[in-house]
Amino acid sequence: MANGASRPQMVGPSMPDDRELLNGLRRGDAAAFERLVRDHSPRLLATIRHIVRHDEDAHEALQDAFLSIWKAIDRFEGASGLSTWLHRVAVNAALMKLRAKRRRPELALDDLLPKFTDDGHAVDLAEPWQADGVELASRTEVRAIVRELIEQLPDNYRVVLLLRDLEELSTDEVARMLEVTPNAVKIRVHRARQALRTLLDRRFSRPELRET
Amino acid sequence: MNAVDPYLTCQQLAEFLGEYYDGTLAAKERREFERHLAVCPPCIHYLESYKTTVALGKASCGSAPASEQVPEELIQAILAARRQRQG
Repeated sequence: MANGASRPQMVGPSMPDDRELLNGLRRGDAAAFERLVRDHSPRLLATIRHIVRHDEDAHEALQDAFLSIWKAIDRFEGASGLSTWLHRVAVNAALMKLRAKRRRPELALDDLLPKFTDDGHAVDLAEPWQADGVELASRTEVRAIVRELIEQLPDNYRVVLLLRDLEELSTDEVARMLEVTPNAVKIRVHRARQALRTLLDRRFSRPELRET
Repeated sequence: MNAVDPYLTCQQLAEFLGEYYDGTLAAKERREFERHLAVCPPCIHYLESYKTTVALGKASCGSAPASEQVPEELIQAILAARRQRQG
């Protein structure tokens, strides 16, 4: 199997190889479609798995993504680069799967946001974290805890956090994908970070996580 | 705001925090944000832990694989689904 991970991620207009591949796809060439699937599946599946954790759902989303790509190939104009377009289609397929199947119990986000008095003072004063951020990030068990905590966020917030902070899509691009306003994206990503911060704050008050 | 404006409240600072972190906060609000920070250690701690949270999120999810081994059965299922659609 070709390894898609070894291909550089293209963000500009389509490369010559892509144009050849696109021409094949537009002719309905089965071999071109197979090349597309084998070359790009590894990276697209990893992207989908960031959003949809369940194996079966992720596999279905990948299949849905490639069928959407096949169906829409005539409408792809090449301005954004093939890889970028495929990535976008895969994220959309994952989001659709997520909307169709909500399995995980979710935390109430309001409980995780900072509370204020009527005159705007914080109810709980933040204290410095004992552990250094770089040191924390270097610890495998801490990274696993962070992933687990992100999983607990409500989907609406978790997905925006992943698309903005992990996939590093722009606010406008996330807004288009989710069909919400850019301002709604900004608010959601901020609240998601605040909620995750609260969850981490609770965890980091445990002595075993403070030890270095 | 003019020179005698009161400081932002902690709540207002918390609302501006996302844009401050992303570097999109307007210059005037950024000045007020930093004026509040200069006199409010809890908000400094909150800002620092917010930054650490984002960094930890990136480090934790960024360590997930950028590509995954795709089972041959899945590849074949995708190819078969296309043939079915076309047929």
